[in-house]
Amino acid sequence: MILAPVAALGRSTLGGLSALGRIGLFCVATLAAALRPPFYIREFLNAAWTIGYNSLPVVGLTALFTGAALALQIYAGGSRFNAEQVVPSIVAIGMARELGPVLGGLMVAARVASSIAAEIGTMKVTEQIDALVTLSTDPMRYLTVPRVLAATISVPVLVAVGDSIGIFGGYLVGTGRLGFNPAAYLENTADFLELWDVTSGLIKGAVFGFLVALVGCYFGMNSGRGAQGVGRATKSAVVTASVLILAANYLLTELFFTA
Amino acid sequence: MIELANVHKAFGANHVLRGVTLSVPRGESMVIIGGSGTGKSVLLKCILGLVTPDSGQIRVDGRNVAEGDHDAFLARFGMLFQGAALFDSLSVWQNVAFRLLRGARKRPRAEAREIAIEKLRRVGLKPEVAELYPAELSGGMQKRVGLARAIAAEPEIIFFDEPTTGLDPIMAGVINELIREIVVEMGATAVTITHDMSSVRAIADDVAMLHDGVIQWTGPVGRMDASGDPYVDQFIHGRATGPIEAVR
Repeated sequence: MILAPVAALGRSTLGGLSALGRIGLFCVATLAAALRPPFYIREFLNAAWTIGYNSLPVVGLTALFTGAALALQIYAGGSRFNAEQVVPSIVAIGMARELGPVLGGLMVAARVASSIAAEIGTMKVTEQIDALVTLSTDPMRYLTVPRVLAATISVPVLVAVGDSIGIFGGYLVGTGRLGFNPAAYLENTADFLELWDVTSGLIKGAVFGFLVALVGCYFGMNSGRGAQGVGRATKSAVVTASVLILAANYLLTELFFTA
Repeated sequence: MIELANVHKAFGANHVLRGVTLSVPRGESMVIIGGSGTGKSVLLKCILGLVTPDSGQIRVDGRNVAEGDHDAFLARFGMLFQGAALFDSLSVWQNVAFRLLRGARKRPRAEAREIAIEKLRRVGLKPEVAELYPAELSGGMQKRVGLARAIAAEPEIIFFDEPTTGLDPIMAGVINELIREIVVEMGATAVTITHDMSSVRAIADDVAMLHDGVIQWTGPVGRMDASGDPYVDQFIHGRATGPIEAVR
């Protein structure tokens, strides 16, 4: 009785680790499928459009408001040390290194991992995946590889756009509300932002895009039966993708900035 | 010829197939009957390699289906799924011509579209339907499109999984007639699974009754009514009492 909560914790830990192992095997199968023809270019382009272009509004709005709020916070915090002038540089570095890729990745996880899991899960329960196999088409190559590749390529582009919009959000607040000189704000931003700040964020974006699509495809392909099964797959895809993004962000930050 | 020898398949504690032995001669239309949940669909999926049997052998024209190039093996098959299983994101003609737009049998897009429209015409659908999406079609039309897709690449073997489920009797009759006509016309080997007796009489050359994971009876459709098998008798007459438990 007393040990019941500990046993439950152990069970869920083991369950989580085993799910992580299955996702790892799915990842290996996806990479193996990506190296062998046939390559479905049309499906890749469709996926790039859906994942990349159609996510622009939500990523852009998130970045705009985040950049604006960040400027206000840094100004408020910086004023305690008479360091208000750091607002442009910290907004730029914060957006490029952390907030652009992480928030962009999380928004894509919410939008894309859920839709991929729901789409593929529905295909599974309506026997469309079986139909693909009977039509001599490997579902991994036709469904998973194009989506994973499209997300890996298009999320860094989204992050780059998000970074720019986020910095612009900070600029709007900095010049409109906090009294910064527009030219000085831009000069400060450009002077302190280094190439590695941007490229490290783009690399993070590529990793997050890969994880989001991979997890969405995994849960879709392993969806249970019926509406409840697809619903559970969708929820698990979003939760797992979000947690993996945050965990991967920590590991990448350790790798990039503490070595 | 399709031959199954002592095929077993279990999902956990549920032993669905307990030693199925059956042969379907080339060019014959075999209908497998049996109640819901007796493993008819699992049997078809085992033949196609979508589900791996636990034991037993499945051979098509003498070749073990578990060996060799699976894509080349599947290229010989066409299948009409229970819910048609049309791809939502593709238009009707792209569904029908799916196999002709990619892979080993790839044709130019315009030619594939022409073939798709011809196949749609063969199943009684007008060319205007070609540009619609599956969600815009009725259940009967979806079945016809599924049938057109199954025959588009002119397969040697066609499987029909519950082809008339969910259709009204008139549409079911139309689909049954189409299946019979197409199978005869193409000279294909056909395996149909159904519990619709009107389908059985319209489509079958031979009938096999699957119950309790084994084939209880098999024989020509003409002998089905006088089979003397208590399982077949109960099933074809729809009696609640007999060797088959009404509540499963």
